[in-house]
Amino acid sequence: MGTTRRQFIKISALGLGGATVAASSYGLGDSFLSVFDPVDKSHLVNANFKRYPTYCEVCFWKCAGWTYVDEDGEITKLIGNDNDPHCYGRLCPRGTGGVGMYQDEDRLKTPLIRTGEGDQQTFREATWEEAFDLIASKMKSVKENYGAETFALLKHGSSGKQFEHLFQAYGSDTVGEPAYAQCRGPRETGFALTFGSWVGSPEPTDIRDCKCMVLIGSHLGENMHNSQVQEMSDAIDKGISIITVDPRFSTVASKSKYWMPIKPSTDIALLLAWMNVIINEELYDKKYVEKYTYGLDELRKHVQQYTPEWAYGVTTLKPDLIRKTAREMAQAAPSVIIHPGRHVTWYGDDTQRERAMAILNALLGSWGRRGGFYFKEKLKLPKYPLPKYEHPKWTWKDLGSKYPLAQMGLTNEIINSSLPEYDGDYPVKAWFVSGTNLVAAIPNKAEIERAIDNLEFMVVVDTMPMDITGYADVVLPECTYLERYDDIRSATNREPSIALRMPAVPPKYNSKPSWWMAKQIGERLGLQEYFPYEDYAEVLDWQLKEIGSSLEEMKKIGVKNFPRKGRSLYLAEDEDYTFPTPSGKIELFSTRLEQLGFDPMPKYTAHPEPDQNFYRLIYGRAPMHTFSRTANNPNLVDLMPENTCWINPKVAKQWEIEPGEEIFLKNQIGKVSQFPIKVRVTERIRWDSIYMVHGFGHQEKALKNTFGKGVSDTEMISEVMIDPIMGGTGMRGNFVTFIKKENLTAEI
Amino acid sequence: MRYAMAIDTKKCVGCSDCVVACQTENKVPIGYCRDWVTESVHGTYPQLEIELRTERCNHCDDAPCVRCCPTGASHIVEGGIVLVEEFECIGCGACIESCPYDARFSHPEGYVDKCTFCMHRVNRGQQPACVSVCPTKCMYFGDLDDPRSEVSQLLKTRKYKALAPEAGTKPQIFYLM
Repeated sequence: MGTTRRQFIKISALGLGGATVAASSYGLGDSFLSVFDPVDKSHLVNANFKRYPTYCEVCFWKCAGWTYVDEDGEITKLIGNDNDPHCYGRLCPRGTGGVGMYQDEDRLKTPLIRTGEGDQQTFREATWEEAFDLIASKMKSVKENYGAETFALLKHGSSGKQFEHLFQAYGSDTVGEPAYAQCRGPRETGFALTFGSWVGSPEPTDIRDCKCMVLIGSHLGENMHNSQVQEMSDAIDKGISIITVDPRFSTVASKSKYWMPIKPSTDIALLLAWMNVIINEELYDKKYVEKYTYGLDELRKHVQQYTPEWAYGVTTLKPDLIRKTAREMAQAAPSVIIHPGRHVTWYGDDTQRERAMAILNALLGSWGRRGGFYFKEKLKLPKYPLPKYEHPKWTWKDLGSKYPLAQMGLTNEIINSSLPEYDGDYPVKAWFVSGTNLVAAIPNKAEIERAIDNLEFMVVVDTMPMDITGYADVVLPECTYLERYDDIRSATNREPSIALRMPAVPPKYNSKPSWWMAKQIGERLGLQEYFPYEDYAEVLDWQLKEIGSSLEEMKKIGVKNFPRKGRSLYLAEDEDYTFPTPSGKIELFSTRLEQLGFDPMPKYTAHPEPDQNFYRLIYGRAPMHTFSRTANNPNLVDLMPENTCWINPKVAKQWEIEPGEEIFLKNQIGKVSQFPIKVRVTERIRWDSIYMVHGFGHQEKALKNTFGKGVSDTEMISEVMIDPIMGGTGMRGNFVTFIKKENLTAEI
Repeated sequence: MRYAMAIDTKKCVGCSDCVVACQTENKVPIGYCRDWVTESVHGTYPQLEIELRTERCNHCDDAPCVRCCPTGASHIVEGGIVLVEEFECIGCGACIESCPYDARFSHPEGYVDKCTFCMHRVNRGQQPACVSVCPTKCMYFGDLDDPRSEVSQLLKTRKYKALAPEAGTKPQIFYLM
């Protein structure tokens, strides 16, 4: 990269941590040892465990459970909390394997400070005092020289909240997270434009009573959104019909009544054709549509051009199948879910695709109906009494104002504002990164590196030496969720529910919780009045007592569910209801989009297609991994140690590629993958696409279990199609070709 | 008493939670496992089927691993559970060779290890760890001698198969189709 000032430092250069024994593959067939050393198994029977409540931080679903600690003070296992609506007592593989996050020997162990110049840069171990003093002095100088607003916070997860508090007290609301512009943003904006409220997390999908669920590229079961997977399984017992639209034969496609192997990038065409059938065959919920929606006549006119016969030519799906599936949905209505999906930043017209899905739900009358979408409710926890924040001169809203309907800060705009050539009104001079591995989450690493190189200062907080940590000036080791307090989890559900996370063991090594870091930095900035507690437990206890519980009670039960106070779960027959949209109705025709100069109803736009010998890059999730953060987890690494490149057998034959062969990938602008990837030759993928699981190809050597294994899909994404409505980064318009290992030098 | 497992392949998503839960419950060393997940794909695009299966020791009625054990370490206890007494195991590996399901492995501590149906949990009235954690609830554990048990009922009403029936070992893990 040729960095001058901020050279990427491989944390491994420090030799932190003891040598790990490389985990062998599964023991089946391993040669056996002849050492006779019987092991006492009494711990299994007579175990004297203590258990402490927590909620999981391995993904964003935040399932509540119990951390079991044995007599030696070691965490042995994690079990779901039976009363938790996020997991119903059953954690997913990542949650069960969360113990590996605690035990991982490659964890960040002590604060690190960048030292040296030019090619001689390295990290040195530092005390917390040194690290905090340096961070505080930089935060002061950035504020004096450019304004606190120019110090941006990029975050994900629970600890982000603590630093958000610190930053707002400091005077910056320049905040963003990949969870919006690189993930679920378009669906939040698309559904909000239609129904007036965004989908949120967990999604208010009433899967347990659903009769027909439509998944558009959403691979439930491979994405382990726990309670949804459980409810889907229960619904399978009750005979749910699932319609899966995916160019890949996903796991859930194999459980579906209809799998629609669509040509990638043409989903909107299918959605419009479904609307055409449902309106023209008068299959829509007439009473519901008349009472609650706005713009049916415009929509009817609009979709006339989108016949199933037209859609066949676009999607490669037969008209008969399109009609049959539309009727299947209508038959189940209103107990039908066109699932909004989660990672939906695909082609840059994603808000419009999500609008189409929302409109289809509206036509079928599923919003606010049993087996469709319920009205969610959450408990609002009272705010701990603290002084008001000062108003920044500008915030994430101003920085992202090019995209009028962005509802959260845009990471990509924060990066643009950090570039040397940026001459707008919202320059960014420093980053504080918490719990997000930006280079694996956001495409165009070269741009991120240019932005980072132009920063005055950068802090990274994480539990692991992720790829992003190597760019920091200061690295702060956070303890894992099993070793700390965090905010009370209060999420939207059928019934309001809260959960406690508390430390089961003291922090390992010299790691610390984020609330403590935020307080220490705050005090050095003279903001002590914002941190008037010695232990975050005091804040939690105060909040819990305000709602009639206490820390003592929550330590015993972990989860507390409350009766609903608001409206009922579903609309009553003929109920008068005003939707929080400009018209007070569900907007089939969006007045807001029209005013802003966007299409008020979704249209189909053709997207670029691969050249000869190139294949569309599709990526997704595996149930045993979360993003790039679990790849090194010792309890999960053996379940999927690396990703593979799925190639259709016809394509493999043409290229003379063998199953298991290692190849390099090259994308449409000639970018070659840093590492090779093993090929999985499988019928499960279309011939015009390849597939890989996201989150591998780690470049940080300190991640000993996962360094160099597989390819990072993000690395292969150069073409980003920005959604003009909300600023999301569409990442499915990239095409790759194969380079045989023996031809690598000739190709680059 | 005859313990058995029925596993619904229509619901399993192959997440491998059963594997992780077994490892943490039974302190199986990292890099080894007592249960595992297989995927088989049939057909050609787009006419396809997938079968996902969580597999483990079949606790066979006629268990070749028990028959071939030279020390008696491999034995059968109440409920038909096949166990290894690690104090008696000399690690010769004959049982590993004899198992048609590849369900046994050499523990790094020098003895042969395998699924115990989580007997320590079952004896306390709990389900095996894999069954209790499964997010799709695709696994059912119970007593085949009790006609009212869930496993008995499922095997009465659903189509099912066992693996490698040709080995003639009378396996007790059944896959609902």
